[in-house]
Amino acid sequence: MPSRIVKAVRRVGARVVDGVWRLGVASRFLLLTLAYSGTSFRRFHLVIKEIFSSGVLSLIIILVSGLFVGMVLGLQGYNTLQRYGSAESLGVLVALSLVRELGPVVAALLFAGRAGSAITAEIGLMKATEQLSAMEMMAINPIARVVAPRFWAGVISMPLLAAMFSAIGVFGGYLVGVKLIGVDEGAFWSQMQAAVDFHQDIVNGVIKSFVFGAAVTAIALFEGYDASPTAEGVSRATTRTVVTSSLAILALDFVLTAFMFRGEG
Amino acid sequence: MSGDNLVEFQNVSFAYGKRPILKGINMTVPRGKVVAIMGGSGCGKTTILRLIGGQIKASEGQVVVDGKAVHELDAAALYHLRRRMGMLFQFGALFTDMSVFDNVAFQMREHTDLPEGVIRDLVLMKLHAVGLRGARDLMPSELSGGMARRVALARAVALDPMLIMYDEPFTGLDPISLGVIGNQIRRLNDALGATSVVVTHDVHESLEKVDYVYFVSDGVIVAHGTPEEMRASDKPFVHQFVHGEEDGPVPFHYPAVAYGADLRLGATNA
Repeated sequence: MPSRIVKAVRRVGARVVDGVWRLGVASRFLLLTLAYSGTSFRRFHLVIKEIFSSGVLSLIIILVSGLFVGMVLGLQGYNTLQRYGSAESLGVLVALSLVRELGPVVAALLFAGRAGSAITAEIGLMKATEQLSAMEMMAINPIARVVAPRFWAGVISMPLLAAMFSAIGVFGGYLVGVKLIGVDEGAFWSQMQAAVDFHQDIVNGVIKSFVFGAAVTAIALFEGYDASPTAEGVSRATTRTVVTSSLAILALDFVLTAFMFRGEG
Repeated sequence: MSGDNLVEFQNVSFAYGKRPILKGINMTVPRGKVVAIMGGSGCGKTTILRLIGGQIKASEGQVVVDGKAVHELDAAALYHLRRRMGMLFQFGALFTDMSVFDNVAFQMREHTDLPEGVIRDLVLMKLHAVGLRGARDLMPSELSGGMARRVALARAVALDPMLIMYDEPFTGLDPISLGVIGNQIRRLNDALGATSVVVTHDVHESLEKVDYVYFVSDGVIVAHGTPEEMRASDKPFVHQFVHGEEDGPVPFHYPAVAYGADLRLGATNA
């Protein structure tokens, strides 16, 4: 009996040590990425190329999702608000939900699924086919040449994508609320304008999406770089990217929200 | 050490964790020669190349390249040394997001300030040498295995290295491509005045093309000599390897309990 307990404790211990170890390796990886970022800014076309593949190519899914989320907000919001006779506040509800929460969070979740998984698969396959090794043998640091440009591309793309998500979401809310249901157009826009604060709402939303962009891209890059160089290893790493970064987004969102909107009532 | 040897292994051991891969290897690669390292799959041949390139460090002994102990170099000096090495990976390891041209131009663009016009001429010369000048605009996914290997070869010699390393250059090639690569290895080595280390298990192609052979088995060097000496060798391992015999010092069977006992023949008889 005791030997079974000892074994169980040992297993838990090994898991914990493993986890801490991995966290350390990941942090070191992130620091190296930051340290070797010089190349990315000296040769900015490397970053632009990656902004195209992770940012621009994510546009369709972001815009379509944003439109639908905004339309659903319009429907649901109207249903609730009209019960209290304040249907004109629909614009405020749609805009604040999007700019503060849904824009950064949902766009980041979509970004993790679309661009994060692609980054992990690409880096993992580059490792599996010895492309990273080949680069090292050519005296070129793969972290500077491959990893860092992708990291900065993600950090730059994410706030832009979130902003576009929010913008088209507001438009979706407008379509449903004003054009379809018939909420007063003037009230819709003017109340929104009055209630949305630039610093409190928009800047905080942008800060969130910066943080999410950095987190998702860093996780995706690390998982790819750390993947075992087989088909199975790459597929597992891709899954881990989506799961870990989704959880990270939600957890970070809670923390950031708690700091940003406290004391506001 | 003598200045005639570009690469020297002095009693080098290496282990992955607790698993020993190399156990006390002594080896020299003279300047200007093509040296083959042969042995079965998984005997630590590739590890030897990674030690030369400084991607891993020996747990004992030292690897000396061009008079410098590789494990003592700092990152900058190691990168400086690697700029003078070219390596052909087993399956080419071409950058899949770049065209053939950009693959060969990669190091020139990263390491030199040459104008694009000069780079273009240099790349076309390298591609011409491997017969693929016309394939410059293709992507790696559009190449056959043999063509990919030749592009990788052009890329490996892009900066005219002093040392060219080949990791299983013959694996998975048809006989024509195999002969082409074999000839290229010899020709490039002699034309560039370089030194080459070829890790391979292809006996026939390499015994024809190389100057000297080391046989590695189980982490130690079991035999070495010129190709003629190896062909004539009566050492059991070399004989088995050169003639491709099924059984010998390298057993056909993975270690197991006795066959009869495994099939439980004893139990029915008893």
